[in-house]
Amino acid sequence: MHDMSHATEHHAHTPPQGFIRNYVFSLDHKVIGKQYYGLGLVAVITGMVLSWIMRIHLVWPNFAIPGLGLLSKAGAPGGIVTPEYYLQLMTMHGTLMVFFVLTNVPFAGFGNYFLPIQIGAEDMAFPRFNMMSFWTTFVAFLVLIAAFFVGDGPPLAGWTSYAPLSAVGGAAGPGEATGQTLWAISIAIFCIGQLLGSLNFISTTLDLRTKGMTLWRMPLSTWSWFITSCIGLTAFAVLLPACILLILDRTAGTSFFIPSGLVINDKLQPHSGGSTLLWQHLFWFFGHPEVYIAIVPAMGIVSHILINSMRRPMLSHRVIIYSLLAIGFLSYMVYGHHMFVSGMNPFSSLAFSFPTLLITIPSTVLVLIWIGSLYGSKLRITTASLFALGFISMFVSGGVSGFFLAQPSLDIYLHATYFVVGHFHMVMGVAAIFGMFAGTYFWFPKMFGRMMNETLGRVHFWLTFVGTYCIFMPFHYLGLAANVRRYSAFVDDYLQPLLGVHKFITIAALFTGAVQLIFLYNLIHSRFRGALAPANPWEATSLEWTMPSPPPFDNFGGRHPVVYHDPYQYGIEGATNDYVMQDSPEEIKSVRDER
Amino acid sequence: MAKFLAVTIVIIAIASAVPILRHTWAPPQDISTHGPLIDEQMSDTMAEAGISFLAAQIILAIFIWMFAGARPEGKIKTFPGGAKAMVIASLLLVGTEVLALGIFGQRAWASVYFTPPGPNAMPVQVQAGQFAFYFRYPGADGKFGPLHPEQINEGNQNFFGLDTANDPDSKDDIVTAELAIPVNREIHLLMHSKDVGHSFYVPELRVQQDFVPGLDVSLHFTATKVGKYEIVCTQLCGLGHYNMKAYLEVMSPDDFNSWLKQQAALQ
Amino acid sequence: MKTEYKYRVLALFSALVLFSIAILISGRTVDAASGGSITGKVKLNGTAPHQRGIDMSKEPTCAAIHKDKPVTMENVVAGADGGLADVVVYISQGLSGNEGASSEPVSITQKGCQYIPHVVALDVGQHMKVINADQTSHNIHPQPKNNPEWNKSQPPGAPPFDVTWANEEIAVPVKCNIHPWMHGYVAVVKGPFGVSDESGSFKLQGVAPGSYTLTAWQETYGTQTQKVTVAAGKPATADFTFTAK
Repeated sequence: MHDMSHATEHHAHTPPQGFIRNYVFSLDHKVIGKQYYGLGLVAVITGMVLSWIMRIHLVWPNFAIPGLGLLSKAGAPGGIVTPEYYLQLMTMHGTLMVFFVLTNVPFAGFGNYFLPIQIGAEDMAFPRFNMMSFWTTFVAFLVLIAAFFVGDGPPLAGWTSYAPLSAVGGAAGPGEATGQTLWAISIAIFCIGQLLGSLNFISTTLDLRTKGMTLWRMPLSTWSWFITSCIGLTAFAVLLPACILLILDRTAGTSFFIPSGLVINDKLQPHSGGSTLLWQHLFWFFGHPEVYIAIVPAMGIVSHILINSMRRPMLSHRVIIYSLLAIGFLSYMVYGHHMFVSGMNPFSSLAFSFPTLLITIPSTVLVLIWIGSLYGSKLRITTASLFALGFISMFVSGGVSGFFLAQPSLDIYLHATYFVVGHFHMVMGVAAIFGMFAGTYFWFPKMFGRMMNETLGRVHFWLTFVGTYCIFMPFHYLGLAANVRRYSAFVDDYLQPLLGVHKFITIAALFTGAVQLIFLYNLIHSRFRGALAPANPWEATSLEWTMPSPPPFDNFGGRHPVVYHDPYQYGIEGATNDYVMQDSPEEIKSVRDER
Repeated sequence: MAKFLAVTIVIIAIASAVPILRHTWAPPQDISTHGPLIDEQMSDTMAEAGISFLAAQIILAIFIWMFAGARPEGKIKTFPGGAKAMVIASLLLVGTEVLALGIFGQRAWASVYFTPPGPNAMPVQVQAGQFAFYFRYPGADGKFGPLHPEQINEGNQNFFGLDTANDPDSKDDIVTAELAIPVNREIHLLMHSKDVGHSFYVPELRVQQDFVPGLDVSLHFTATKVGKYEIVCTQLCGLGHYNMKAYLEVMSPDDFNSWLKQQAALQ
Repeated sequence: MKTEYKYRVLALFSALVLFSIAILISGRTVDAASGGSITGKVKLNGTAPHQRGIDMSKEPTCAAIHKDKPVTMENVVAGADGGLADVVVYISQGLSGNEGASSEPVSITQKGCQYIPHVVALDVGQHMKVINADQTSHNIHPQPKNNPEWNKSQPPGAPPFDVTWANEEIAVPVKCNIHPWMHGYVAVVKGPFGVSDESGSFKLQGVAPGSYTLTAWQETYGTQTQKVTVAAGKPATADFTFTAK
């Protein structure tokens, strides 16, 4: 925290000169935040197009997709996707979405831009690290995309890249040669970027809070980024060595994940002594917290926006923070629920099942507080608040299927079916994306100094909300009918009656994907032609709204703001407006101290 | 706009629940002895999850309907009981709910995994490889011969790597491409993977278990209905994953014996 | 009346054109075979080893094709009179090096979850069509030592693959991982070659006069060689006998 004597002094900083310093290798957390957002946008568009190709292939396997034959002659001769290319696209879809979208945007993107501002800092604690973490992530992205263009095509082992399929190399079939190595290298680089970023977030939160900004006075969005960076620091620290060991298995002849006696294509593999379950333990020790890396920032962003729209604080600021902390803490103890039928000791399944069921308690507390806080509020409907409300609905829908998957006995039946696909797409995919949309519509005026078009925004919300339900609800039904996931075609007799449902999903996916063009248009159009944004268009209280839109280079113009209140002083009776900003010295007569 | 959202959420919630209530897409009929426990657990969970789902969506919709829009004269009200009520409700309702599910759910799990196979269980070995299952019956001597991975040669139909010339135990082993089992007899399935990860899934049998390369796992079950079912692989294993399957034929004991004789003749 | 006459002229003219094309084509084949040839028979001494039956129950569409006649392995395929099929006979020494590859492609068809033919021979650089005639997906996975390895799926209805081999190799095992019993060989040779049929007969065509070393390769029994001299315009003969182990 800054010393009191500096509180009112002014040290205005001027931005560096030159395009490269300003926009490419910028040290400014705001530029870096936008860079993460832009990278996420490129990744999400790529990932979505891949999912379209997959969906089309599943229901119209002989449809030649125009232009696809040019991208991969071997994988899609004449535009018709081969079974191996389907799995390769699926792997790339999962990897792009989980790492480069769900981790990059709500956490690294918005977090970079708004965490320092919301705590009254003029930049991150380590601006140079910050720049490095983005550019390492960017390199990781390039390495991953390069896998599309190597001889054997991208990897095929799924975003989980289970060993030994991912470890034995090209012998295991197409997609397991150079592409898989590039995958492992890309993810290892990505981990480094995230570790740097997480360290930076933690240091910034702990050290750079301005005067009066106690931990409890931090907005919920900042809290969620702080908790996420703590999760990220430990989770990526496990994935990084796991990827390095995988690279060694693939290139240096080690056998960390490959046991002895494996025979592939009648050839005994020259490996011995490794454990395939070791990869699964290491991967899911990262993989499950990763789910929370995606969803916790979305929870924070949505809470931040909902409070503003409801014109009242949440029923309890602290209970929300405690719940987020509990979720973050429990996330390490539940990862084994991905491995109930993996062949690990069945007693461990029991041990992992109970924390998984327990994690529903803090999640329920969150949902009840969000819904309960709506009671008696003065809810303002904006595109941002629509997406925030949509998030709650999605999170509930995706969350209840967790009841099933948390139980080993039901997992026997539901594991590796579309039920799981529906579950995680809703709870971590769509819900987190709704959080990103909410954040975009809410913060865009601050980031670019222009308002987004509300009418287009609402059209976008309605079509997306209904569309995503049409895509992901039926996935659960398919799972109940034992439809196995990761199949590039449905040749089994018992799957034939389900093809109609798949057609419905494909059409819904194509439609909902096309709707996103409205968002893209709105984003680009508003960036240049949108109405000029005032400093505080939503009548909000936190520090990002105390500065002009867009913020100056050094955020607060050299001054150090002083914080006098809790972050969400809305619905204040007797105040000038119905809200009091955090840095306003105005005395609050009826303090809303809902802790 | 807000009222429209409230109505949409209710419609979506009810529309989502209809196929579940009507069992439009339900698990196929169970054919195992342990399956009823799983099915019972499934419907209990469905009831609890379904009620939570509908309640949360509908209350969300009601509150959006009621409280959206500026009410300049109105005051901010707080839900009776505040956050404390929410926490207590979560702990009591959800806490007991998940604990109950957790505890009762273990019966089904225990019946599969915590009990050893009975002494009369019939051993069958299943080997998964890219991209087919093969099965091995021990033959008259009741013993499986040892595996020699280096001798695996699919062109010679030596899928397991048996050395029938030198291993007496292997001589009468019967290797088949489908899994035939007698009805109402416990089966002790010894699961072996020859290359990468695979999984053994028979939806009707309520059985799913991964193969672990380098580690043989075992499973036991009893099928109660004669019929032909599909065994599918559920662990991503490569380009032919979607085509990796075999058939499970549950037969009367007499049919099974003659089938086994017929298979022995084909060796 | 007039139109009928017109049609008659047209028909006559078309017949003439077809006839001359036929002459042209047949003339070319005569040309290609104008060199000498080597014929012979491959025999198996002793009884062929037991060929295990193949259980295709995994793939019902293929199993249905073989419902009446169960399929066995094809590691040793011996005819009734001792003829040994699927033996590749080629010239291993004595070629001038000027022999060009045939422009006619050979083909290997996946039908009933078997490779037809079980052994296919072709020239370096000669085109090979891989056809999937089944209702199911296959993956074609050759495992060569001197040529690049590849492994590709071919779903039902997919167009044939067009494959060439850059280096001599006898013989490249080919397998399908989706149907692990499927097993065949591609022998990549230089110069004239023949593959024995079910009676054991083979024929090498277009052999220029000279002395050669002839090699016969069988997948289970390995290779045998013998010297042979081809005189102009006169077919040479060479027989091989493999002994069952």
